[in-house]
Order: sequence, then structure tokens, then C-alpha cells
Amino acid sequence: MTEEERVRISMFKRWMQRITHTDVIMWLIGGAILLGIIWGSVATLRAGIYTVHHWFDFTIFGLAQGSIYALIAMGYTMVYGILRMINFAHSEVFMCGPYTAYFVAAAFYSTGFLDQYPIVSLLMIFFVSMATSTGVALLLERIAYRPLRTAPRLIPLITAIGASFFIQYTVRGLYGSGFQAYPSVSILEGEWIFGGFRILKFQAVVILSAAMLMAALYSFVQRTRLGKAIRAVSEDKDASALMGIDIDKMIVTTFVIGGMSAGAAGVLYALMFKQVHFFMGFIPGLKAFTAAVLGGIGNIPGAMLGGIFLGLMESVGPSLFLDGLGIVAPYQLKDAIAFTMLVLILIFRPTGILGERLAVKKA
Amino acid sequence: MKRVFILSMMCAVAFCLVAVSVSAQTKKEAFKYEDKIGVVKIKKGESVHIAAWMVVAGPDASLGTDTKRGAELAIEDKGGKIAGFPVKLSVQDTGCNAEGGQAAATKLAADPTIVAAIGSNCSSEARPGAPILWKAGIATVSPSNTAPFLTDPKRGPEYDGYLRTAHNDKVQGAVAAEYAIKQLKIKKAATIHDGSPYAEQLQAVFADNFKKLGGTITSQEAVAPTDTDMRPVLTKIATGAPELIYYPIFIAAGGHVTRQAKEVRGLEKTFLMSADGTFSSDFIKAAGDTAIGMYHSSPDFSAFGAGYKTFLEKHLKKYGEKPIAPFHAHGYDAAMIVIAAIEKVAKKDAAGTLYIGRQQLRDALYKTKSHKGLTGNLSCGATGDCADPMIAVYQITSENVKKLAIPQKPVWSPAVAAAPAAAPAPAKKK
Repeated sequence: MTEEERVRISMFKRWMQRITHTDVIMWLIGGAILLGIIWGSVATLRAGIYTVHHWFDFTIFGLAQGSIYALIAMGYTMVYGILRMINFAHSEVFMCGPYTAYFVAAAFYSTGFLDQYPIVSLLMIFFVSMATSTGVALLLERIAYRPLRTAPRLIPLITAIGASFFIQYTVRGLYGSGFQAYPSVSILEGEWIFGGFRILKFQAVVILSAAMLMAALYSFVQRTRLGKAIRAVSEDKDASALMGIDIDKMIVTTFVIGGMSAGAAGVLYALMFKQVHFFMGFIPGLKAFTAAVLGGIGNIPGAMLGGIFLGLMESVGPSLFLDGLGIVAPYQLKDAIAFTMLVLILIFRPTGILGERLAVKKA
Repeated sequence: MKRVFILSMMCAVAFCLVAVSVSAQTKKEAFKYEDKIGVVKIKKGESVHIAAWMVVAGPDASLGTDTKRGAELAIEDKGGKIAGFPVKLSVQDTGCNAEGGQAAATKLAADPTIVAAIGSNCSSEARPGAPILWKAGIATVSPSNTAPFLTDPKRGPEYDGYLRTAHNDKVQGAVAAEYAIKQLKIKKAATIHDGSPYAEQLQAVFADNFKKLGGTITSQEAVAPTDTDMRPVLTKIATGAPELIYYPIFIAAGGHVTRQAKEVRGLEKTFLMSADGTFSSDFIKAAGDTAIGMYHSSPDFSAFGAGYKTFLEKHLKKYGEKPIAPFHAHGYDAAMIVIAAIEKVAKKDAAGTLYIGRQQLRDALYKTKSHKGLTGNLSCGATGDCADPMIAVYQITSENVKKLAIPQKPVWSPAVAAAPAAAPAPAKKK
């Protein structure tokens, strides 16, 4: 037995000692889920009901939905990164923007301005929505979170839930309990066809603008002085204060970025689904939070990746995994699939897809 | 002598006592009012409390607002009084889901002044709610629950206090299937439901009838009422190439399906058909221009009774608009049979207190026979189905979308089709 072999055996022994019964059970569960997914996918593909065009459509639908999740998830993950707190009121930040901007859109539509100058109108709608969401995010930070910054971690969390209800029902009081429907923008109607693959115009717009926003945000955080300061605060508040960084300002900037991306995501959502109401933030907010955890909470590219992954799973998953298993009405289980994916990822990577670096430094 | 006097005095006193007690007893007997499960006493000056549990907030608010207005107009037509007592109509929101129905029913059950209830709107609310109300002795008449289960003979004794003036979906599903096969001349259809008892049972009835008439069901899909992205599920439906999609769901999800169906490859020419749950002005707002040309199965306004015209006039005068959903007349009729049943069983004592027995009220409601209502002749069967069900098919026009109003005239109804030569040609899709 060489020295090398002996080392390897002792490493294996140590590893054997480290794993617990829970680990084994978790792996078994994860393995079973994975097996089900593979089995279902193979069965579906062999049945051949869906053509390449169908899969392409599913993917585009998923990408469009996923980029909205990703934009919202950005707010969750950045606030977590800097304050170590889940901002549960972020789904309401997302809701306020497009609901307020609806009234601008409706006014433009009824005066005919929307059809005459669609680009200007859309920019205005985006501006109003992003401004409202940012305003709400700022107020939230100033009134609900800043006074509690030194309090134990559970307290701002509960406050966030309370603030979420408060904003929801304030908006309900202001705009009513019913829903409103965005007017359709004629330049976004219709479709483009690339070599037999069809993409709806507004979906292309949603995917492209979300991608642009995410790229801008990422480079802001990575390349600018302000971004560097934010990253420094999220690494170590005390040390960055000693280095002369204004912590309050950095936290406010984080909320501004989160609010802006939520407001933009809100308009994209409204362009895709048209209906806006006071409770509309709840489900996208929950999904975006899931996406942030999936990608590794606190990590910005992780949140983007998590959002897109979740959107894709929701769109492709039911047909791909469940159809082949002969499950009736698989789209009813779309949320179950999304959350099963979360479980699966967390079993094998407890810190999320890209979450490892953070887990080492900040846990 | 003295002894005789005392004896006679005692006799007299005894006689008087007996006489008084007897007379007291007869007096008490005159006001005796018994009931197996309880009596509501309403003192002079108080009002008869009827509760409406309906969906008056959220995306489906138009359904409940419509039936609430029907009930209000019925009470107004009665002069706002039952047996000389003023009527108080209180409203609880039910949210068009099981949790909301349960919460509203629990709240009503805790209020002993409630004599009877009108509601609920969505069948999902009635399923947990009706047993809670009946446990508290409150009978309820629904103006718009249509799921077959609620009046099924196997529904169980906990639903004994439940009746409805709305049609049973066994009728609606059959009419929709007949229209699809015989008028639209199609052979392949798909359905979508949202997991609620209403949608699930109605699409099942439609599918059964469609198959019986020689059609094929390509798929029966399901979504969640809160889903927004219907494109994937519609893409799945498109693989079966159906000629019609029947989706008897509610307003928010129905709006999304209608808007997104036209965006999915393979469904550009597919007929869309929904049901009474989305037959409302709010649905037209949600679906916008994409609703033009689609069909709805819903109660037949053109077959309603003679009083319907004056009802519409009163409605317009009081609320400034035409009815916004299909069940206003059913709400009116529900309130009317409740009022009639209360008047039948209520008794007043000398002090002017009104007594209403809960079991007697329930029995009186079930004994409603050929009540001339707006929706037809109402006769309640042994399981609480009171309706005179007449279903028609409607088509949304661009005029409807512009005015955000539901169509008033059906394009087809089995009653008209039965009369030869009167049947209109199938409406062409735009």
C-alpha cells in the first residue's frame, strides 16, 4: 500500500464519518425526484406529441416569465446582501408601480396619444412606474426598516410582512378592490418569424429589455465606485464605515436599485398579462423570492439565473416531466414543479446555484 | 260556623288560584311558538335581518354586486318590509373561494339575529359555507351556485338548509355541448377548469355531453385561478388541434385565457366559449378586444318572465347602468322566495314581537311551488333545486367591448331552436 492510497482511504473514512442519516435520506429523495424527471422527460420525448416549434414556444414563454422573476428577484437578493433581511414587502413595491402607471396608460390611450407616439408613451409609463416603485421602496426603508436596523433579525422580518399588508390595503383603498386592464399597445402586437420559429413581438421586447436592465444593473454594481461601495457594505458594515463609506447612503441606493428594477418588471408584467390589481404582487413576489434562494440569496447573477430557471421550469416542466408520466392536466401542478425544483437544488447545493462564495464569507 | 266559613274561604281561594293559573296557562298557550331547532324573536321596532354572503370585492366582484342588486330591488318592491317589520340586508364578502366562503359563513353563523341568508355566488364558497350556516339553523338560497354537487341527492344532511334559484350545470353543460356540435358543427373540443367545483363539474358535464353527441375531447386541462401565464397550457392544448375551447372559469383567469389563446400557434381559428362565471362586464374589460366573437353559455334573458322589463327599468334608475352579470334576476327571485317563506311562518304575539321558526322557515322554502319569479316558474325540489333553468348562448360583439356591457340578446337557445324555422343561423366568427 503506497502512501497515496493510505491517504485516500483515510479521506474516504473521514468522509464516511461525516455523512449522517439525514444526508442519505435527502440524497435518496433528490435521486427519486431526479429519476422521475428523467423518466418523464424521456417518455414525453418518445411519445413525440410536441414538435421542435412547440418546445421553442415553451422556452420563449418561460424566458419572458423568467426575466420578470429575475428582475424582481434582484430586489430581494440585494437587500438581503446588504441588510441580511428578507424584504417581504418587495412584492408590493412591484405592485405599486404598474398599478399607478395604469392610470397614465389609460389616459394616453383615451386621448389617442398612445397610438400616435407609442415609444414616448411607453417610456413615460416606464418612468412613472419606476418612480412610484422607487418612492415606495425609499419610504419603506426610511419608515419601516431604518429604525430597526440594530434590532434582532426577526423584528425587521415581521415588520416587512406588516408593511406588505399595509401597502396592499392602502393601494386597495386608493384604487379599489377590483382590477384594471392595460390597453394594448399596437406596436407590440403581432409576431416576428425567424426561419420558421415564431416569436411574439412583446415577448421579444420583454426578454430584451429585461436582459438590458440586468446587464446595466450588474455592471453598475461591479464596475462603478458606488457599486463597489455597496459591495463593501454588504461584506462588512463596520470596516466599510471605518473606510469612510456612508452606510445609510449605500443602503438607500440599494433600495433605489431594487425599486427601479421592480417598477420596470411591473410594466413588463403588465404588457404581458394586462390585468393589474392590488394583490398582483403576491405570487410573482413569492416566485421571485424562490428564484433568489434558488440562485443563492445575496448573489446578483444567482438571482438572475434563478429567475430564468424558475420561469423555464414553470413553462417547460409540466409538459416535459409530467406529460410522459400520463398525469392529467399537468399545468395545475406548475407551482408544485417550481417548488420541487427549489427542493432539488437545495438538497444538492444547500447554498443555491451560485451561493457558495457567500456562504463561506457571511454565514 | 266559623269552621264552615274558613273552609268556604279556602275553597274560594283555591278556586281563584286554579282559575288564575288556568287563565294564565291559556294566555301562554296563545303565544306558544315552537320550533325544532330554534326561533328568532324580533321585538317591535327591530328589523328582520337577512344576510347576503356574496363576492363583492376582488376580480369577481361584478358577480356578487349583480346578485346583491337583485336582492335589494326585491326588498324594495316589497316596500322594504316583511310582516310589517323593516328588512335589514347585510353583506359579507366571500371572495369566490372556499376560504372566503367558510369565513363569511362562520361570521354569519355567530349572529343570532340572522333569519335567513342569500348566497353564495361561487360554488366553491357554498361547499364549506352552507353546512356551517345550516348547523346554526340558517337556511340559505343561492342565486348563482350552479355546481351539480350542491343539490345532488348524495350531498348529505348538512346541506339540508341549502336551496338555489340558479340553474344546475347539468343543464348548462348540455346546452353548451349541443350548440358546439349542432350549430358550430365542430367535432373536436378541449376544456379548461380551475380546480373549483363549479368549473370542474361544468367542464365534465360539457365533455360528457359533447362525447355523447359524437364529438371528441382532445384534452381536459386545469389551471389555478391566480395563474397569469396561460400560454404554455394553451400550447399543450394546441397539440390536439381542437376546434373549440370551453373554459367555464372565473374572470381573472378567463381574461388571461381569452387574451393569450390568439397568440398561440394553432389556436388562431379556434372558437372560444366560456360560461356564466365570466359573463360579466368586468370580464369584457379583462379580455378587451380579444373577447369579440367569443361565446358564453348563460341564463336566457329573453325567456325571463313579464316582470323583467320593469325590473330592468328600476335597475337602470337605481344603479345608473344595465345589469353587469347574469344572475341579478336570480338574486331577485331568491330574495322573493325568502320573503314569502318568512311571511308564511312568522307569527306575532300580543306585544308585537315577531317569531320565526328556523326549521319551519327551511321547510316553507322547500315547499315553494310555482312561484312566479323573474326567471320563470320556481318550484323547489327535494334537494333544493328551485330554478326553471333556461340556458342560451351569447356572442360578444365589438359594440359590447366598446361599451363594456354584456350582450342582452342570445344568439341561440334550445327553446328557440325547438320552434322550427325560428332558429337563427349560427353566428359567424369574426
